[in-house]
Amino acid sequence: MTVTGHRGLDHEEPLSFDLDAPGRTGVDLPAPKGGPDQLGGLGRAHTHSLPGLSEPQVVRHFTRLSQRNYAIDAGLYPLGSCTMKHNPRLNERVARFAGLGDLHPLQPARTVQGALRLIDTLAHWLKTLCAMPAVALSPAAGAHGELCGLMTIRAAHDARGEARQRVLVPESAHGTNPATAALCGYTVDAIPATVRGRIDLAALKAKIDGSVAGLMLTNPNTCGLFEDEVLEAARLVHDAGAYFYADGANFNAIVGRVRPGDLGVDAMHINLHKTFSTPHGGGGPGSGPVVLSAALAPYAPLPWVVHDAGGFRLVENDGKALGRIRAFHGQMGMFIRALAYMMSHGADGLRQVAEDAVLGANYIKARLAAVLDPAFAGPCMHECLFDDDALKGTGVTTLDIAKALIDEGFHPMTVYFPLVVHGAMLIEPTETESKATLDEFCDAIIALVRRAKEGGQEAWFHEAPRLGPRRRLDETTAARRPVLRWRPPAPATAAE
Amino acid sequence: MRYLPLTADDRRAMLAVIGVGSVDDLYVDVPAAARRAGLVDLPAHQGEIEVERAFQAFARANVAPGAVPSFLGAGAYRHHIPASVDALIQRGEFLTSYTPYQPEIAQGTLQALFEFQTMVAMITGMDVANASMYDGASAAAEAVLMANRITRRRRAVLSGGLHPHYRATIVTYARWGDFVIDALPPDPLAREDVASAIDGETACVVVQYPGFFGQLRDLRAIAEAAHAAGALLVVVVTEIVALGLVETPGAMGADIVVGEGQSIGVPLSFGGPYLGLFATREKFVRQMPGRLAGATVDADGRPGYVLTLSTREQHIRREKATSNICTNSGLCALAFTIHLTLLGEAGFARLGRLNHEAACTLVDRVAALPGVEVLNDSFFNEITVRLPKPAAPVVDTLADLGVLGGVPVSRLYPGDPALAPLMLLAATELTTDADMAALVAALRQVL
Amino acid sequence: MAVRKFTRDHEWINLDGDVGTVGITDHAQEQLGDVVFVELPAVGKVVTKGGEAAVVESVKAASEVYAPLDGTVVAVNEALAAEPATVNADPFGAGWFMKIRVADRAAFDALMDEPAYRKFVAEGA
Repeated sequence: MTVTGHRGLDHEEPLSFDLDAPGRTGVDLPAPKGGPDQLGGLGRAHTHSLPGLSEPQVVRHFTRLSQRNYAIDAGLYPLGSCTMKHNPRLNERVARFAGLGDLHPLQPARTVQGALRLIDTLAHWLKTLCAMPAVALSPAAGAHGELCGLMTIRAAHDARGEARQRVLVPESAHGTNPATAALCGYTVDAIPATVRGRIDLAALKAKIDGSVAGLMLTNPNTCGLFEDEVLEAARLVHDAGAYFYADGANFNAIVGRVRPGDLGVDAMHINLHKTFSTPHGGGGPGSGPVVLSAALAPYAPLPWVVHDAGGFRLVENDGKALGRIRAFHGQMGMFIRALAYMMSHGADGLRQVAEDAVLGANYIKARLAAVLDPAFAGPCMHECLFDDDALKGTGVTTLDIAKALIDEGFHPMTVYFPLVVHGAMLIEPTETESKATLDEFCDAIIALVRRAKEGGQEAWFHEAPRLGPRRRLDETTAARRPVLRWRPPAPATAAE
Repeated sequence: MRYLPLTADDRRAMLAVIGVGSVDDLYVDVPAAARRAGLVDLPAHQGEIEVERAFQAFARANVAPGAVPSFLGAGAYRHHIPASVDALIQRGEFLTSYTPYQPEIAQGTLQALFEFQTMVAMITGMDVANASMYDGASAAAEAVLMANRITRRRRAVLSGGLHPHYRATIVTYARWGDFVIDALPPDPLAREDVASAIDGETACVVVQYPGFFGQLRDLRAIAEAAHAAGALLVVVVTEIVALGLVETPGAMGADIVVGEGQSIGVPLSFGGPYLGLFATREKFVRQMPGRLAGATVDADGRPGYVLTLSTREQHIRREKATSNICTNSGLCALAFTIHLTLLGEAGFARLGRLNHEAACTLVDRVAALPGVEVLNDSFFNEITVRLPKPAAPVVDTLADLGVLGGVPVSRLYPGDPALAPLMLLAATELTTDADMAALVAALRQVL
Repeated sequence: MAVRKFTRDHEWINLDGDVGTVGITDHAQEQLGDVVFVELPAVGKVVTKGGEAAVVESVKAASEVYAPLDGTVVAVNEALAAEPATVNADPFGAGWFMKIRVADRAAFDALMDEPAYRKFVAEGA
């Protein structure tokens, strides 16, 4: 323990509120003139208690906070289903160009022809990569894309006068799938997985009928496997008059090699913050465009871009359309970054992206098979999945392995998801890791699992991590007695 | 390809370890009919020089609001962003980290979110705030769904002073949820009687503050009427800088406050990404959508932060979750937090004052124009004017004269002839006297 | 001493006159881990056997608590709001969830008794 509590480059940092000096500010604004106001008598009487800090203090505060974060810039981030790949800085630069980053959403169309052409170009790339005729660009993230897609499906059924109530969702799906279906007023019917980790076609056949609005299927699925019977599943769905919604979270495995339109997909969201590398920013912003089949395209949400003799313009009103799902046009900042990424790779580079991502995952799977049990046989796609069979009887859990990896300098893989595999470890390396990094990661896991298997190592594992900015945090107390904000200390009422 | 580290030798060695001859063997599960041998029909890869040139061309074909006098608002506002905000959010440790699922190595993001939640609660006058939503409109829709869960009632009353895009978003979200949305007609003069629209089936009343047409009104009477009927008051703030200067919604009785946080730290970026703010009373916290950071301690007793109350969320509750939201607006929330920390109490109040003073000057200038009528008797930084002719073509002509005038109300409320001559005009701390002179001169020419 | 009966969903109930006290079993609380929150029904709510009556939450899971029998809720354990950990510490005592007025005594008798429930748990249900 040091005098200051700091440990070398690892600085302890209080809340900004504890650095407050009343009246201090980090922004020099002109002095107000001080005339009468026209606030209708609603001027603010009370203080907000915002802290007063100078600029150097603010810069240091947030710099120190930043140093307590793991990041893809610093190391491998193998979170399965999250596609944490390198974020090129070129994309950050072009997103900040004057004339792109500073456009107002309600400028006259004649003053934003370049922006509208950019959106149209992005749409062309997405439609071409997916072999789909249309794309809705409004959604702000993957789950928002799911909402957009399912609402579009519901609007299409409504237009045909069909009241269908059920949506089929595999057990292994992301939680957003059933949550989204419920938001659209559908009841969710779960489809079990087969022993091969794929959708059970017999169960699908048994459950599908005229009351089913759609099937939501992630492909490649959350077990990291390609749904090899996807064409048959799509046929069953279409024969029942339902639509096939694909969750495109795992598009990185197939981009440039397999086109969802060739798989019978009617709607699929694409996470630009996964496959197309827009930075995840500690939890967003994302962007979740939804490619649509011709049958669903008329029911897309407003607005969309069209091109005619007068140039590009936005369609902001249309009787058939779904309506709005957000205030403005879409995540332009993400469109710019994603398009810069696509243009940098080109058709050739994107195909290589998918191949290297799949190669890396299969390589990890092959190496770790020495100590862990792959959940399913056969090649995986861009992520590989293990169960915790190998840890049975050791007293060491999947969580312990994850926490011990932190001490080895890695962000843990996705753990305990998908739910269909016991003690799941889902590893997605992405294509932007070198073989040396993959080997270092595999070596670390192999050593940890061997250590666990030696026996008597429970206590050692339960203590991990030891070397991060923090040890394991007490989540139980956090949930039992939630402290969700700082509060100013109560004014002293009497001298002690 | 500069982003791909694997060499041809690496690939061969890895295939050998896997035990397959080629990468095609890893795609055997793809049905043969869907396998593609060749490349998709798109251009080949390009270097930084070429890509940068292409985006310069996109940018050159636009008129940037920073380059000409601009008075655009209507839910998105041009404000100064201090240089350190953008520098700090571009630190790789913030920019390239994921949602903080492993709290031991995500304390930076988690503590920043805790500070964000605190600041949002402070400026809205509420108890708690979440870690952000997509934007103000989707936050407003989620607030209506939340009010419905809390009250177990089906009806929402939307003020005619609510941003039309927010109204449209609420209607979309509610479309299949067994709700009744009663949207009051557009209300440029803030004369509607919201209280009389509340009945025993009303889950919530949604009122914007300042209103879409710029007016400010005391919300206390509406809050009392809502509460007397067992309904909640949802207050929407699309220009969050206003809260530097005016009374908080919380102090006037709001139960849920949602807002668009773009004005603090987030660039206009043609409409997104933006920052949905969501705050409420302590007693409703378990019905809130979205993520929450909470304070706790680690195994050594040191203070730290975690995501908490997760059982509300989709990854645990699935179809019973309070929302389907997962990824939110994390980096925008960080930018907001940094900017508001830089401003502090003194700077935030001054920023609000400067915006209001700019708008006061603007009112004086345009009210002096013959045929132009300012409708507001109160406002923060945005006003509605009635022109002697339809506003949409006027705005187009102003653009040709090098002025980004206001937003024609008809763009958001199409097909209502009474609204066609109305134009919204916003002024901020960036609006100069020269900008206003240019607007007035151009309007004289057009009208 | 009232007899305690059990359901296959790991709730327990004992009857005092026609009022039954309901909670979750020791096995259930152990499976759930640290209980952080309990959502209780409103007094007066009519519950049906097997229908959702309450929700019990740990940090990473939420589970429904089902009514063991048809009845009307006459009291709930308000103390759990402040001290959810009581469910872990004393599931059969101070950690009770609710009291329901039960109409059908025969339905109570038909539930599993303690040896039967122990066997049910041991068989890995």
